[in-house]
Amino acid sequence: MCSLGVFPAPVTAAQTLFERNNELLSALHPGEHSQACDLPSPQFTRDTLKGHSRPESSSRSVFLDQRDTLWMRSAGAWRDAGLYGLLDEITNSAEEVPRFLAVGSACVLALLRWASSFHGSLFPHLTLSSDEMVAEFSQMLDWSDSALRSFAWHPHTDKFAVALLDDSIKIYKSNSSPTPTLKHRCQRSVCALQWKPLCGSALAVACQSCLLIWHVDPASLSTRPSSGCAQVLSHPGHSPITSIAWSPTGSLLVSASPVDTSMMVWDVAAESAVPLQRVGGGGVTYLSWSPDGSRLLAATPSALFRVWETRMWTCERWPCLKGSCQSACWSPDGGCLLLSMQGERVIYALTFSDLTGGPKAASVVADLSETTFPGPDGDLTVGGEVCSLSWDPRGERLAVLLKGDSQADNHPSVIAVFKTRSSPVFELLPCGFVMGEAGAEPRFMQFHPHFQHGALLTVCWSDGRISHVPFYFSSAGLLGGDSPQQALASNTTNPSSNKLYTEQIS
Amino acid sequence: MIKMFSLKQNCWFIRKVVIWRAVASIAWSVLLLPVTSAVFVLLSRFSLFHPIQWISECTSLLTASSTIFSLVVLCGVVLITGLFNLEFYTLVPSIPCSRMALLGTVLHPRQCVHSLVYCTMGMLVMWCASVTIGGRYSTLGIPCKQSESGEVVTCLNEYHLFLLLAGAFMGYSHSFLGVVKNMYYVSFQPIQQYKYPRFKGCLPMVVKCSVIQSLYSARNFAALYFFFGYVPKTWISSTLHLQIDSSLQPLDSLTGLLDFSLLYHLSISGTFLYFTWYLTVLLFRIYVTEAYSFPVQSTFTEDAEQCLPKVLAETNTLVMKFLALQDLALLSQHSLSRRLEVFSLSQPGGHPHNWNAISRECMSLLSELTQRLLAHQDAVASNGRVKSQSASIDTRSASSSSSGTEDVSETPRLSVPLRTPGSVFTSSVGGMHSALTAPFTPDVDSPFSSPAIRRLVGQQEPRSPWFGTVQSPHIMRRGPKLWSASTESQSNGSPPASPATVPSPPAANQKPSFLAQWLQNRREQLPEASSQALFADSQAHIWALQGLSHLVAASFSEDQFGVVQTTLPSILSCLVVLLEAVDRHFKLPHASSKPVRTVCSMGDSTYKTLRFALRAALKTAIYKITTTFGEHLNAVNISTEHRKRLQQFLEFKE
Repeated sequence: MCSLGVFPAPVTAAQTLFERNNELLSALHPGEHSQACDLPSPQFTRDTLKGHSRPESSSRSVFLDQRDTLWMRSAGAWRDAGLYGLLDEITNSAEEVPRFLAVGSACVLALLRWASSFHGSLFPHLTLSSDEMVAEFSQMLDWSDSALRSFAWHPHTDKFAVALLDDSIKIYKSNSSPTPTLKHRCQRSVCALQWKPLCGSALAVACQSCLLIWHVDPASLSTRPSSGCAQVLSHPGHSPITSIAWSPTGSLLVSASPVDTSMMVWDVAAESAVPLQRVGGGGVTYLSWSPDGSRLLAATPSALFRVWETRMWTCERWPCLKGSCQSACWSPDGGCLLLSMQGERVIYALTFSDLTGGPKAASVVADLSETTFPGPDGDLTVGGEVCSLSWDPRGERLAVLLKGDSQADNHPSVIAVFKTRSSPVFELLPCGFVMGEAGAEPRFMQFHPHFQHGALLTVCWSDGRISHVPFYFSSAGLLGGDSPQQALASNTTNPSSNKLYTEQIS
Repeated sequence: MIKMFSLKQNCWFIRKVVIWRAVASIAWSVLLLPVTSAVFVLLSRFSLFHPIQWISECTSLLTASSTIFSLVVLCGVVLITGLFNLEFYTLVPSIPCSRMALLGTVLHPRQCVHSLVYCTMGMLVMWCASVTIGGRYSTLGIPCKQSESGEVVTCLNEYHLFLLLAGAFMGYSHSFLGVVKNMYYVSFQPIQQYKYPRFKGCLPMVVKCSVIQSLYSARNFAALYFFFGYVPKTWISSTLHLQIDSSLQPLDSLTGLLDFSLLYHLSISGTFLYFTWYLTVLLFRIYVTEAYSFPVQSTFTEDAEQCLPKVLAETNTLVMKFLALQDLALLSQHSLSRRLEVFSLSQPGGHPHNWNAISRECMSLLSELTQRLLAHQDAVASNGRVKSQSASIDTRSASSSSSGTEDVSETPRLSVPLRTPGSVFTSSVGGMHSALTAPFTPDVDSPFSSPAIRRLVGQQEPRSPWFGTVQSPHIMRRGPKLWSASTESQSNGSPPASPATVPSPPAANQKPSFLAQWLQNRREQLPEASSQALFADSQAHIWALQGLSHLVAASFSEDQFGVVQTTLPSILSCLVVLLEAVDRHFKLPHASSKPVRTVCSMGDSTYKTLRFALRAALKTAIYKITTTFGEHLNAVNISTEHRKRLQQFLEFKE
């Protein structure tokens, strides 16, 4: 088992640039900037982004108050807030309605509140507002305060999408200048983004009220694709959506909401959904599809997660000891699942194999409890709960985003990177800490899906910057299912005719 | 239909699989009947203030002989419903491309028999319900005192009659909506599930649908009874010599109908009625669409009929072909051992018979779709209207002879039951209503507000752009051809579009060219429907695409003998040609407009979005192949234009 104590001490003074020769180099070493790749690294500050717009229902405070008839107000309340709103409206206008109606609706309202509070005591997350819920279950650390809301690499090309605080999404490509900005009326509180695999254009966006599928034509030069390019998928009771996962073959999309006990399996082109309901757990917060497409992890807000097999869609229940499952990632061959729990400072591993019929118990592979490193400007403490996990597509580097302590001075959030080895036994080895510029903390990270010279970690920082940290290494043993083919494809052909990945090489 | 049914009977698959699946689904619906009846009894006798009395009454009622008899009757109803499901179910929805076709299907003799049977079954179920509810509903005749003489005579019990008529009405509207909403269309789910979880997942939807449908029907029936209720009432009382009790409030009045208990019982019984039928339909759908695993090859020659390559080539039994294609798509994704069987060579001789047969069948399906699309594009003028029939036939033959895909499809005309291009333009057998699409859709829940029917009974609009151009030589020349086109549609088995069914007497008196023109006008009313009809069976193509692309991708590492390499160029060009045809189709007006989502209905509307699903599946299939093979595709021998298109995919620019 690996712990943070054996890591090389973090360099606090400067930003980590890349890894070479098994060493993480930072900007302290002069003359190394030329090594950085030419991917766009935009920066967004909170000030330049327009603040969060008001929700539609509160815009009425701008206008003069006018008394409608009771019928109009009731209809409006029903439309805006459903049964609760209607009952509330009737109870509040007691002088206009018959007495029995007002008393009756007050009683029903009290009963409903009592029932929902009972329900909420079983599942405490249900008492949160929808924004709080998104912030709680998002993979982005400190979601509500961050200028960046979500981030996603395209699985096949050098293209990524960033969701911003002002509910817009920008798409950056490595070469071309136009960066399309996507805005839609329904696109609020974006919690997750994912590009459709085996497709050049489709981007799924998990919003507060619905699921949006943008079709951004890669050949188009338009910077503001119209909202007609977006498909809106919604299902009653299925919002806010906090996690989405495309199947690796690109045929299905699964979405999850913490308030809905069923997760939706969408056939996106046909706009039809199949709900898969399991009541235990009270909702689904996080989804992760194994790269070989055979399994799907579904975490719930309670101390329980499920692993679905995707052939007949049956699931295994995995009760946890303490908290809910916060984040997870699959090994490239889909045989190993790493998990982190809320309130625990360890990483668990589950090994799946078709021969033995699945694992019996999870094993602890890394200990991430607080460790203090002495530094020039005082001690630096790292370690804590895991916010998110990411494994590079070759299966050689594992990045772990560790939550810091916002009260303490010298306990920031950091990214710890492990080297992983799968044979003879699964093992994590220390690699180093990825540090940002002074004062910047990491908020989110994701590996580039097909970096040729090793692995490339993209990090979103708290100062609104996006930076790329390459890890140059030659792979020892290939874990991925597809990577031998890719390697074969690139080795056997003439480099001059190699059009597929020219953009990366240059 | 009878001919089709006999064809079905001859196939081993129908005999050995489909019949048993239907029997199992009917058996389960019969087994579930006592449960639903018990719930119905509990709800119908519900009284808030006497709970103990309520429970004890219900338990005694559940064991009474009348309830047992009702159950037997209901079992008969469920059996007949199940048989109708088996007889009428379809995997390819028939979409009427015009209002005439829709009217034709509603008035078709087969549909009339169907409606009649459902009316009778509705009355039977409602009779059982009224007996179960008891009280004032139980019998048709009740003793009453005549006001003048004071003697006791048998009077007509209007409550009982009301429920029976409601049953007949609901039966008819179920049958009618079955046509309009394609109730018998069976679609396949995008994911595989075991039967019990799937049933559990669908049950809330069925309950919701039956409640909503029952409320709509109750509202419509109450309105109908308010206006026309006296007709059946006087008729029944005169034929059965029953008196009408004048001391009671008549039900066809406002005060009589505003009886909360009556409306409650009406809607509860209606829900029970619809739920019984919907449950049977649901179970049938679940059982029929369950995946079936065909062996890829067999060591015994007598089993060769049942192997995947043979079954895929089968064209008469559509359900078998669909399940075989589904099985192909599943094995290509999930089963390594069965994929290896596909790539294997025959034992003496060393020929890749399995792969050849499977790939040929998939490609002939796809190229058949390509030709269908090309023919449609040639036939459709730029304004989205269908050109005259003869022109389309000409262009079809021209395009099929000049098409470059002939070499890859050795049997392009084999798929007879799948729609040929001509049938897209003619009205079709059992055609279904598809006017539920964007511009015409306000309220599809009520049968009498269906816009199609409203259009039909209305006169021809003078503002129609065709109205003033009757005498133009263009139309005159076109007239006779159209007339012959409509007779051709008769020979296709569709109901005759005779002048008798045309609700416009002046039109019937005009000369044939006007009538033909008018008919043509009616025929062209639904532009999106032709697009839907083109892709009505596209689920098969989607599976063929998935199966082909995953097999080709898997062959990169699993194909030991290189059997796939020989067909790779033809597969790629087939896919690219289809992609071009699909792209051109989506440039037509109305082709890319999305249908309005239906809120809650048992009718499956998956077929309306199949063209989008097909386009997505096609692109994904090409991407799957290009990402797997990468630069190796440069070595594949395909034409330059196709290579250019594939290069777009290699660069992820599609």
